[in-house]
Order: sequence, then structure tokens, then C-alpha cells
Amino acid sequence: MNENLFAPFIAPTILGLPAAVLIILSPPLLIPTSKYLINNRLITTQQWLIKLTSKQMMTMHNTKGRTWSLMLVSLIIFIATTNLLGLLPHSFTPTTQLSMNLAMAIPLWAGAVIMGFRSKIKNALAHFLPQGTPTPLIPMLVIIETISLLIQPMALAVRLTANITAGHLLMHLIGSATLAMSTINLPSTLIIFTILILLTILEIAVALIQAYVFTLLVSLYLHDNT
Amino acid sequence: MASVVGIFSHSSVSVPVKDKKLLEVKLGELPSWILMRDFSPSGIFGAFQRGYYRYYNKYINVKKGSISGITMVLACYVLFSYSFSYKHLKHERLRKYH
Repeated sequence: MNENLFAPFIAPTILGLPAAVLIILSPPLLIPTSKYLINNRLITTQQWLIKLTSKQMMTMHNTKGRTWSLMLVSLIIFIATTNLLGLLPHSFTPTTQLSMNLAMAIPLWAGAVIMGFRSKIKNALAHFLPQGTPTPLIPMLVIIETISLLIQPMALAVRLTANITAGHLLMHLIGSATLAMSTINLPSTLIIFTILILLTILEIAVALIQAYVFTLLVSLYLHDNT
Repeated sequence: MASVVGIFSHSSVSVPVKDKKLLEVKLGELPSWILMRDFSPSGIFGAFQRGYYRYYNKYINVKKGSISGITMVLACYVLFSYSFSYKHLKHERLRKYH
């Protein structure tokens, strides 16, 4: 059982690595674009949702930060649809692969930090020392703040990977436990309820996307426009 | 299917018919009809585009589209993923001897 527990997380291949690319490219097919003002129901609901989230996300930025709005809205849409599609049975979720999350986290974080360092170097360096620290503590605190800055992209990537992977794994385990219990039949209903509740809570994987983009936003804001 | 030039998301884009549709081809001339098809990359891309817009205009781009327009796509996605992972899954059947 231990070998096939992790089998859904292996990247699917057709004689190579291409199937993972196909699966990563498939969420945009569910989000059509249109050139009309009044559209069908699908496009209308999606546009309404996008307007809601983008307004919520972008109010706390000034003009320079709002140039990133396309990037951030497409990021949240991509991660949300990918995670939600991964909740379907037997499907492969690309965000369970650490390589993909690192590929998303490191360029965005590096872009924000480098932008902050280029435009306002004094403000960017001032982040390394909080206000009001006693003088003997300053060297240690600078080291600590540097480490906390450098660990941000790793934290972003590993957070997303670990949460989605742990959720999928837990659902697998509880599902197989339910199947095993169904012959014995004693507390099987209780375990089925646990699955249901877990699935509902796991649909707060969408909240994880919010967590991803919000932490990214906070980092961008602080580094950039303060 | 007709062969077209450019994007053809709706029927008012002009479409010159080059060859017969599949349902009009007789069974004996099926191999020659298949060989006549355009298998270049742009031809295959055009076939995918035609299929996409055919589904889209029938089920989603209507005035009162229902949820079945998307759930059919998701069901096909589930079946597709199942066929991919069948290799792993066939060891998990409830049999005495695997």
C-alpha cells in the first residue's frame, strides 16, 4: 500500500514528460474570453468573480504597484483553477510538484525585491532593521531579518506544495480506510462523514490560493512602495 | 469537415468547402479520404480549433447556458485522467490474487 499511496503524485508521461505540460495548459480552456459587452452566463460569472477579487486585492497598492495587477490576477486564477481541478477524482494536480511552485515563487519574489532595491535603495535596506531596537542587538537582528527575507520564496513554494499534497494524501488514506471498514461495517458511516467534511474543508484549497497571493502581495507592497 | 482560412468561431466567417464531410464519404473510399486530410501542424491545430468552437457554440455560448456545459468537460477530464492512471490502479482491485 505504501508504494501506490504516492502514485498519484508522479508526473504523468507519454514516453517522456509531455503529459504534465498538457495538464498544466488545460485550465485556461475553462475560462473563455470574449469581445462583446454582454456575454453568456459562464463568461459573465467569471468576469464578475475576477472583478470582485481584483478590486479586493488591488486597493492597497499605489499606482506603481497596480502595474502588477494583471500578473497577480492571472496568478490567482491559475492556482485556483489548478487546485480545484485537482479535487476531481484521478486527476493530476501540477501544484503538488515542488518544482512548479518554486518556478512560480522565485521569479515573482525576486522581481519584487529587485524592483524595490532599484527604485528606493534606502527604504529597501531599512527593512532589515525594525524601529526601536536596542543597540547591542543590532548585528544579530540584521542577520535575522536577512534570513527571513531570503527564506520568503522557499516559504511560498513549500507552503503551497505541502498543503495541497497533504490534503490529497489525507483524502486517499481516509478513502481507502472507508473501503476497508465497509466490510466490517461498524463505524463506517463515521468515516464516510469524515471524508465528506474533509473534502469540504479541502475545498478551502481556494483559501490557500488567497494565502499565496496575499503573502505575495504583502511582500510586494512592503518591498516596493513603502 | 470544410477547410477554412483564419479563425472561425462563428458561421459568418467565409468557409470554402474543399472536400466532403465524414458522413458523406462512402465506406470504400475511407482510406483515400483519410489520406486527403491535412495533417500538417496548422491543419491539426485547425481541427482542434473547429472542435472547440463547435462545442463552445453549442453548449456554452447560448443565452441560457446551463451547468452541464462545463460538467461534461469535467467528466471527460476525469475519464481521461482515469485512463492515464489505470496502470497504477489495476493493482488495487479487490482480488485475492493480483
